[in-house]
Amino acid sequence: MRVLESGMGELLQPYSMVEFREWNFTQKPKGFQDKRMTEQEAIARFVHDGDYVGTELYGTVRCPMSLAREIVRQGKKNLRAVGQGVLELDLWVAAGLISAMDITYHGLEIHGVSSVLRRAAESGRLKLVEWSNGAIAWRMKAAAMGVPFLPIKSMLGTDTFRYSAAKVAECPFTGEKVCLVPALVLDVGLIHVHRADCYGNAQIDGISGFAFEMARASKRLIISAEEIVDTEEIRRYPDRTIIPYYLVDAVVHAPFGSHPGEMAYLYERDEQHMREFLEASRTEEGMQEYLHTYVYGVRNHEEYLDRIGRDRLAELRRAVLGR
Amino acid sequence: MDRLSYSPTELLICTAARLMEDRTTAFIGTGVPMLAAALAQRMHAPNLIPVFEFGGTGAILKRLPRAVGESRTFYRAIAASGICDIIETAQRGFIEYGFLGGAQIDPYGNLNSTVIGGTHDRPSVRLPGSGGGNDVGSHCWRTIILMQHEKRRFVQKVDFVTTPGYLTGPGAREAAGLPPGTGPYRVVTSLAVLGFHPETKRMMLLRLQPGVTVEQVKESTGFELLIAEHLEENEPPTAEELRILREEVDPERLYI
Repeated sequence: MRVLESGMGELLQPYSMVEFREWNFTQKPKGFQDKRMTEQEAIARFVHDGDYVGTELYGTVRCPMSLAREIVRQGKKNLRAVGQGVLELDLWVAAGLISAMDITYHGLEIHGVSSVLRRAAESGRLKLVEWSNGAIAWRMKAAAMGVPFLPIKSMLGTDTFRYSAAKVAECPFTGEKVCLVPALVLDVGLIHVHRADCYGNAQIDGISGFAFEMARASKRLIISAEEIVDTEEIRRYPDRTIIPYYLVDAVVHAPFGSHPGEMAYLYERDEQHMREFLEASRTEEGMQEYLHTYVYGVRNHEEYLDRIGRDRLAELRRAVLGR
Repeated sequence: MDRLSYSPTELLICTAARLMEDRTTAFIGTGVPMLAAALAQRMHAPNLIPVFEFGGTGAILKRLPRAVGESRTFYRAIAASGICDIIETAQRGFIEYGFLGGAQIDPYGNLNSTVIGGTHDRPSVRLPGSGGGNDVGSHCWRTIILMQHEKRRFVQKVDFVTTPGYLTGPGAREAAGLPPGTGPYRVVTSLAVLGFHPETKRMMLLRLQPGVTVEQVKESTGFELLIAEHLEENEPPTAEELRILREEVDPERLYI
């Protein structure tokens, strides 16, 4: 295949599919073992300094925020990250944990641009490699498929391509130009789900974002779940299982684990807290104060939920849109 | 008859909604496109299929989503899948319309939502990045761009091509490997509706918003605009459109 053009972005996570196969064969837990543990234990055991980390879905929707906050609390260093980032990436970047990022979108949707990203990018502190949402998801899909790259038709002809680590090549079958995106094998993936059993069989209600792909593209996978259910419950509805247990290394019970984001059919997003966060994040000092109040200043997720207030959480449950 | 009063954003939403056709699929991004789709569903396009990049297809837009992955994007939807399914659906040519925004646009409809000024590694202003924008602009048959009409946004050359328009002109999309027959179709602003010349692919003024003059549009555009031979004026938003928009689409006043 003839390569016609190469993006000048750095490949932040070099990979070998041979090694990934070896890893999947030897390192993934095939026996039924109880993997329940706390956020503290899961992050301490499975996230290491220098790791390439990803979260799914994104900061205000079914995002593993209790795990994201624990990473900040433990001060993991020199991480590289990927995500459709909103709050979770804001927390990590503000806490100075991230040295480089495969970025597709890092902003606050209706609330506009991220002040945290602006400060980090405009000062040149943060290395950013550009991708489209589709490209990032397909990079994980390639890893999930066990192939080293996928041809796609996004990013062609743009600066998004030029500042990525993708390549343009001539299709050996049709002669047309295709964009080749490298497989993305994550060191650690973090995914929040509606329910899981103690082994890690996990189910999601509503849209599945890129959970299917990320779960299969991650060397180590930490699941946090709103509810821990009996395996019988999983076996009754096996069609709903997006992540089977053998992909999973740790299972964390995290009710309101997506707060201040939402969880489909369970609770609404906490708009009041979002506004508080936005206001705080406008300045470096405000952001550090926020981290002290809601991350460093609480020992764990339970204490975080107490700080938010149980009445407020009950309100968010009542406000849910339903089916 | 009294003239109805409405804001520039309301005008933009109503104009965009009228462009949404019944029995079509439309890829919807955050903000104004969501409001336009919700309004169109309640007016002339009950069979509009809104598609959201993280998996929501065919939702009834009862409450306004604030993010493209929210449960509001798949409320009473016909399918809730994932991002690969949605973008692959666009990539294989199924989706007619893609609705996009951006911080900057050039005469060929290229969009920037990544960086302004400086260099990529040290920009003056860092914006969120492509998100699904590049995917939508690459694959949908017709993209409709919703923008604020300001000289600093309508520029001769965007600082960064995040999402492809017609790139450098006629034939450039195809030469880059993008699917033939795709590209920007309309640019909707609170001053005008613009299109692209069939041969030169340069932006062309097609219709004026109520009470707006050609001079005003020119003054708010940082490059030379082609002007259609017969310029018509859009009908202002109707009382019914404004009522639905204010009372049903965005009663929380998140956007309007």
